[in-house]
Amino acid sequence: MVLRGFSSRSFVVCKSLKGGKPLIQINQLVKKYSSRQGTIIAINNVSLNILQGAIYGIIGLSGAGKSTLVRCLNLLEKPTSGQIVVAGQDLTKLSNQELRQTRQNIGMIFQHFYLLQSRTVAENIAFPLEIAGVPKREISIRVKELLHLVGLEDKSSAYTAQLSGGQKQRVGIARALATKPQVLLCDEATSALDPQTTLSILNLLRDINQKLGLTIVMITHEMKVVKEICTDVAVIHEARIVENGPVESVFIKPQSDIARQFISTVFPNELPADLLKELSAHRDSEIVRIQFLGSRASDPIITDLLRTCDVRANILYGSIDHLKSTLFGTLTLELLGNPAQLKEAHRYLASRELKVEVLQHAL
Amino acid sequence: MPFDSSLLFQVTFWTDLLRLIIPATGETLYMVATSTVFAYLLGLPLGIILVVTSPGHIMPNPWVERTLGTLVNILRSAPFIILLVAFIPFTRSVVGTSIGTTAAIVPLVISAAPFVARVVESSLKEVPYGVIEAALSMGASPKQVIQKVLLPEAKASLILGVAITTISVIGYTAMAGTVGGGGLGNLAIQYGYNRFRTDIMIVTVVILVVIVQTIQSLGTAVARRLTH
Repeated sequence: MVLRGFSSRSFVVCKSLKGGKPLIQINQLVKKYSSRQGTIIAINNVSLNILQGAIYGIIGLSGAGKSTLVRCLNLLEKPTSGQIVVAGQDLTKLSNQELRQTRQNIGMIFQHFYLLQSRTVAENIAFPLEIAGVPKREISIRVKELLHLVGLEDKSSAYTAQLSGGQKQRVGIARALATKPQVLLCDEATSALDPQTTLSILNLLRDINQKLGLTIVMITHEMKVVKEICTDVAVIHEARIVENGPVESVFIKPQSDIARQFISTVFPNELPADLLKELSAHRDSEIVRIQFLGSRASDPIITDLLRTCDVRANILYGSIDHLKSTLFGTLTLELLGNPAQLKEAHRYLASRELKVEVLQHAL
Repeated sequence: MPFDSSLLFQVTFWTDLLRLIIPATGETLYMVATSTVFAYLLGLPLGIILVVTSPGHIMPNPWVERTLGTLVNILRSAPFIILLVAFIPFTRSVVGTSIGTTAAIVPLVISAAPFVARVVESSLKEVPYGVIEAALSMGASPKQVIQKVLLPEAKASLILGVAITTISVIGYTAMAGTVGGGGLGNLAIQYGYNRFRTDIMIVTVVILVVIVQTIQSLGTAVARRLTH
């Protein structure tokens, strides 16, 4: 609401896109760096579609190419080949002048904020508006709205050196949103912040996404960031996208080792090796891991399992968490019983549409 | 009647002070101020071009960067006393004379401008490239990056550069006497050294120290005020 009541001809007005059409399309993107040591392929034939209103996480280890990928999205990095289509425009085909115009429709925030030290908070937020040639009076109205949006009204005339990391990133966000962009690119935006501040910045981004319908692309190496706010995720490894999709489906059924590694950082479900070894001495027992999602997470599955099948269960590890608004749980059990009973237990679990993984088979 | 030599000394000292030192101080200040201003008119744009055309900056252009860089290096490697003489024909064509205080300003500018270019270059390179990229990501043009990011962000460092440049120019003006430029440095040589007037030598040095000290303190104070 706070962003209403402000208009300028020089702004790109938010256009609603035709149903389901992606706002950002990356087609066969390749980025190579040539140096005397040889050619480095930073992005190897990446294609992705990002829908309007999504919070799209791109996760990868350092050096995987994720930063290059996000910088290609506003052409800070010029692709070697391929297309970057944002709101129907192929950025790689634009003239310098057109590109500058289009960049006002794509905000960006950075790990190290990159605010102007010679300007106050208000002047920093005014900066992109000055660049866009917005009249002074409109700038001051707009800056007030943005200060309110990010909760920094009282810091308006402070210089950036007097701000904490979280406040600096709030200024960065306000500045990136000043020209009312359709897209916000976040390059490791929370990586320099403590966990508490990270959470408050993520909440702010989620609010903005919901209030303004802003499409957010986030680069991160932290799975907890993806888990916290993303709707979709792509895992990038060695310059390629190894898997992508809605966050829930990637979390439940990761296809790649690297995705599994990332998921285990937020849902640790590996039993220590020595514990597994000790347990394996048991006869007639196996260790299974069960994953639940949504309503299944609140069903009394274990009780039903024990009543229906004649097995005993020893709970080794369990966790339950939210994945956006969905409950997401995992439970590691030691099932005790003879082979027939164990088979029966598996049949029961399968009938409840639970994902079951056997970590240790019965001897 | 004993001759009071100390009284005579005092009289000569004070008349010389008025007759010699005051005009010389004026000449030095005039040469330093004018040459510094003109050196910046040439050196500041040169420094900006050296930075923005460097590899990976906003307008990379190896050809321009290398040509200007070489020119700057050549001018900086020539000793000032050589430039002073070598540029006499050029000086005459610019200011109409090759002798006098104004004539000394031309070689001073030629010598100081490349120095300014390097000082400006190093100040502008202190601006983190990320800040420049942030401006580019908002759609800033190269002109806007220079005017709204590079120069304002480097302001404090640029001011310190002005102090450094001004002080070096003061040093160079000592040689301006070669072309009849006058100034405190020349006075120190002519009277203090050649005529054994140690008193004039000392006063000259004290005035120079005061000028240098004032400029440096002023530069530091302004730079501190500009740092937030």
